[in-house]
Amino acid sequence: MQKITGDILIEKASALLSSGTVSCVLGWKKGEFGYDVTPAVFSSVEELERDFVYNDFCGANFSKYLVSKTRKLEGKILVFLKPCDTYSFNQLLSEHRFDREKVYAIGIPCEGMVDISKVKATVGEGISSIDTDGDNLLVSTLYDEEPVAVDFKSVLAERCINCKSKKHVAYDELLGEEGDVIENSRFDEVARIEALTPDERFAFWQNELSRCIRCNACRDACPACTCEKCVFDNPASGVENKSPANSFEEKLFHIIRAYHVAGRCTDCGECSRVCPQNIPLHLLNRKFIKDMNEFYGEYQAGEEVGMRAPLVSYTTEDLEPGEALTRRDTDA
Amino acid sequence: MQRVGVFVCWCGSNIAGTVDVQAVAEALKSEPGVVFSTDYQYMCSQAGQDMIKTAVKEHNLTGIVVCSCSPRMHEATFRKTAAAAGLNPYMVEIANIREQCSWVHKDMATGTEKAIILGKAAVAKVNLNAPLTPGESPVTKRALVIGGGIAGIQTALDIADAGFEVDIVEKNPTIGGKMAQLDKTFPTLDCAACILTPKMVDVAQNEKIRIFSYSEVTDVKGFVGNFDVTIKKNARYVKEEICTGCGACLEKCPMKKIPNEFNLGMDNRTAIYIPFAQAVPKVATIDPTACTMLKKGKCGICSKVCTAGAIDYTQKDEYIEEKYGAIVVATGFNPISMDKFDEFAYSQSKDVITSLEFERLTNAAGPSAGKLLRPSDGKHPHTIVFVQCVGSRCEACAEKGKEYCSKICCMYTAKHAMLTRDKYPDTEVYVFYIDVRTPGKNFDEFYRRAVEEFGVKYIKGMVGKVTPEGDKLKVQASDLIANKQLHIDADLVVLAAAIEPDKSARPLATMLTASMDTNDFFTEAHPKLRPVESPTAGVFLSGACQGPKDIPETVSQAGAAASKVIGLLAKDKLTGNPCVASSDELMCNGCSSCANVCPYGAITYAEKEFRMPDRTTKVRRVAEVNPAVCQGCGACTVACPSGAMDLKGFANLQIMAEVDAICK
Repeated sequence: MQKITGDILIEKASALLSSGTVSCVLGWKKGEFGYDVTPAVFSSVEELERDFVYNDFCGANFSKYLVSKTRKLEGKILVFLKPCDTYSFNQLLSEHRFDREKVYAIGIPCEGMVDISKVKATVGEGISSIDTDGDNLLVSTLYDEEPVAVDFKSVLAERCINCKSKKHVAYDELLGEEGDVIENSRFDEVARIEALTPDERFAFWQNELSRCIRCNACRDACPACTCEKCVFDNPASGVENKSPANSFEEKLFHIIRAYHVAGRCTDCGECSRVCPQNIPLHLLNRKFIKDMNEFYGEYQAGEEVGMRAPLVSYTTEDLEPGEALTRRDTDA
Repeated sequence: MQRVGVFVCWCGSNIAGTVDVQAVAEALKSEPGVVFSTDYQYMCSQAGQDMIKTAVKEHNLTGIVVCSCSPRMHEATFRKTAAAAGLNPYMVEIANIREQCSWVHKDMATGTEKAIILGKAAVAKVNLNAPLTPGESPVTKRALVIGGGIAGIQTALDIADAGFEVDIVEKNPTIGGKMAQLDKTFPTLDCAACILTPKMVDVAQNEKIRIFSYSEVTDVKGFVGNFDVTIKKNARYVKEEICTGCGACLEKCPMKKIPNEFNLGMDNRTAIYIPFAQAVPKVATIDPTACTMLKKGKCGICSKVCTAGAIDYTQKDEYIEEKYGAIVVATGFNPISMDKFDEFAYSQSKDVITSLEFERLTNAAGPSAGKLLRPSDGKHPHTIVFVQCVGSRCEACAEKGKEYCSKICCMYTAKHAMLTRDKYPDTEVYVFYIDVRTPGKNFDEFYRRAVEEFGVKYIKGMVGKVTPEGDKLKVQASDLIANKQLHIDADLVVLAAAIEPDKSARPLATMLTASMDTNDFFTEAHPKLRPVESPTAGVFLSGACQGPKDIPETVSQAGAAASKVIGLLAKDKLTGNPCVASSDELMCNGCSSCANVCPYGAITYAEKEFRMPDRTTKVRRVAEVNPAVCQGCGACTVACPSGAMDLKGFANLQIMAEVDAICK
């Protein structure tokens, strides 16, 4: 249940567009159904009023879009950022991926976003519309006479249940409060998998990754994946255009990607949100984050612009490579 | 497609003893690109090299694979051979089938199989090699010597003598190091001060040498010929250029009970101090942990009595940045702590001392003005027991001491025993030893004299326990030759403590990216053939930082290190390494990952215009590598998320091709 409504955002964006402060707006556009919201660029008040929404299905993180949009579009771009999006925003600035001067960022509060697959699991297929009523979603389907009430908290996306921060770490203007970093148990699932035997762990990932259809959605949505040319699209890299033809190659893609974003991943969870096969890809990244926290001290990518990630900085206090192995052996 | 020639070396029986070299040559014939393959007894010999040159001409070879020893050994040799045959020297690949194959395998079948695999990998790589041309970089004609003991002093003097500028960085207020604390030196018994202090004065007076005393190196960047070094000059609260070293401040300072480090805490000094009379530079230093003016803002007496006006309580640490072409490490040694050797009662009795403390006790400038007196009661000792190998050759007690032999103890103990008997004929002197090791010119004669002429009682065996009882030290020991237990009532016990590298050595090694062994001694580029060079180009080793050494050995190594430095500084330009990183700007994200990890500061960024597919022009930030600064370490290539950064000669594709060839 969002505390802020789309109307307030439309009003804000319309004013900035009309005054010429910004030339366009990155926002969420309603789709065929209430839940299939898509990212869009709005360049007029009419478009905003017709299509702009902000509801429980506006999970998309717009930070990444700024890389291409600031290059293509003239003038400033207005972007709405939820707290977790602001970390990606800062991380991209650290990597010099877009020009801060060309962006007007408005921080907006977020109460967590709904995972539609959880709603479908509760009420079944054929959802025609979703309304809200207090702490409940009222889901109408083609098959039920009356809307079904579903507890909002029970259908929150995994990343929102384990929300790491309601704090906005970057904005030009803030709607609502700045918020705080939250105590969370996001590493519990990683710890559970770590405790498995190597064979069990292999079986777990074999099972999860065997569903991969190599649609590249995780890469395309990931705010850390903004390379000018992705290694998977580069014939010279030796790993280009591999299809998940066998059990090795389906893992290869995800393992390479996890390594590539290690130390840069802010744990925004977009990879798992967009995966059509519901593979918990965020767990791979969280494993890296957990290890880095344990080996080099707590580090949150994107907390500030210009931070030095532990993997690309060296101090004499750094863990010796052998110590990681010792730790693994003593744990086992 | 390359035309590759494969040359398999027997290395006498070194390789051929465990690897069927003919089978290797035969197997590699069918690899892609290979048009010629042969084997020979000694590929590096003139005849072997001629064989390569002939084959290049006869078979129009474009690439060469030599299956032989480590590339560290002969890569340069075979690159020269290729160049002489008209090939680019970087079209040579070495498959190391000696150190990484024949020497580690016992079985011919396994050795041969592995040698073939290593050869295949090298062939796969050379197929993707491209000709490379090295650049040049200038040489800063100035050397840095870290440590101002006898090793650093001798190195600096020799380098300055050749006409190059040298800076010495010494962490103590004076140069001189351990040798300045010694009394006499074996085997000739010259007084240490008499032979060292003139050298210290030479250093001070030499126009080419600058001394940064009370200073330390805090940062090292750059590479051979072009090091950028940050030196921290600790605040001594005395203006070095004004202080005359008159000592008036020392007399008046009210804080007189500070343990004197130079005499190993056996007497006291003042808060403002000069370590010893012959110190260089002879400048006072205020100990900030002891001075009441610095701690509480009260006193200021030294400032009042200083007629030169040299005292400056507001002095701050100063950071100096300087460029050097070469760096010599001369950080020396320390005796290990005796804390873990309770059996010798070091902490319980003042009359159990270390050998270095004994040096100070017998030194005319020491706490007892050279008279051998017991530290506890100032009485003349009659029975003196020397214990050798305290913490040395300590295999069973590695957590207490050191596994290695400290090398100098046998000789200085013989010296101590001999001098004691010579000066005080009424004493009884015992030396307990495991072995007496005296390999050096006139060393064994020296030891024999201690036994035969001076009547020192050498007993093979170790002291088990020392117990203070009354004013005696009860020494319980075993005599292994007579096979009996001994009980000696001693007045003084002297422990020959093992020596270890100075604590500053490890962080320094990290800064210099120089390697160390498990005991924190710096390792040499080759233990026999390059003993004074570190494996890191431009970093040289002098004295005990490389391993335990006596003075003659230290001085000769110091001279050797200086000659290597002179050889480097005499060059105007260094030929660079063409195997440097380069960035594909079309793929570069401009994310700075590479610049963040580059230890040499070789990567900069530029805004460049790019034509986009829709015929517009966009400006993007891209990385640029300065090939003169890049050392080809490859850190950037693994940090680059898009694979835009690659290393010439070790391209990602080449390495993948090697892996593929091995896994095939």
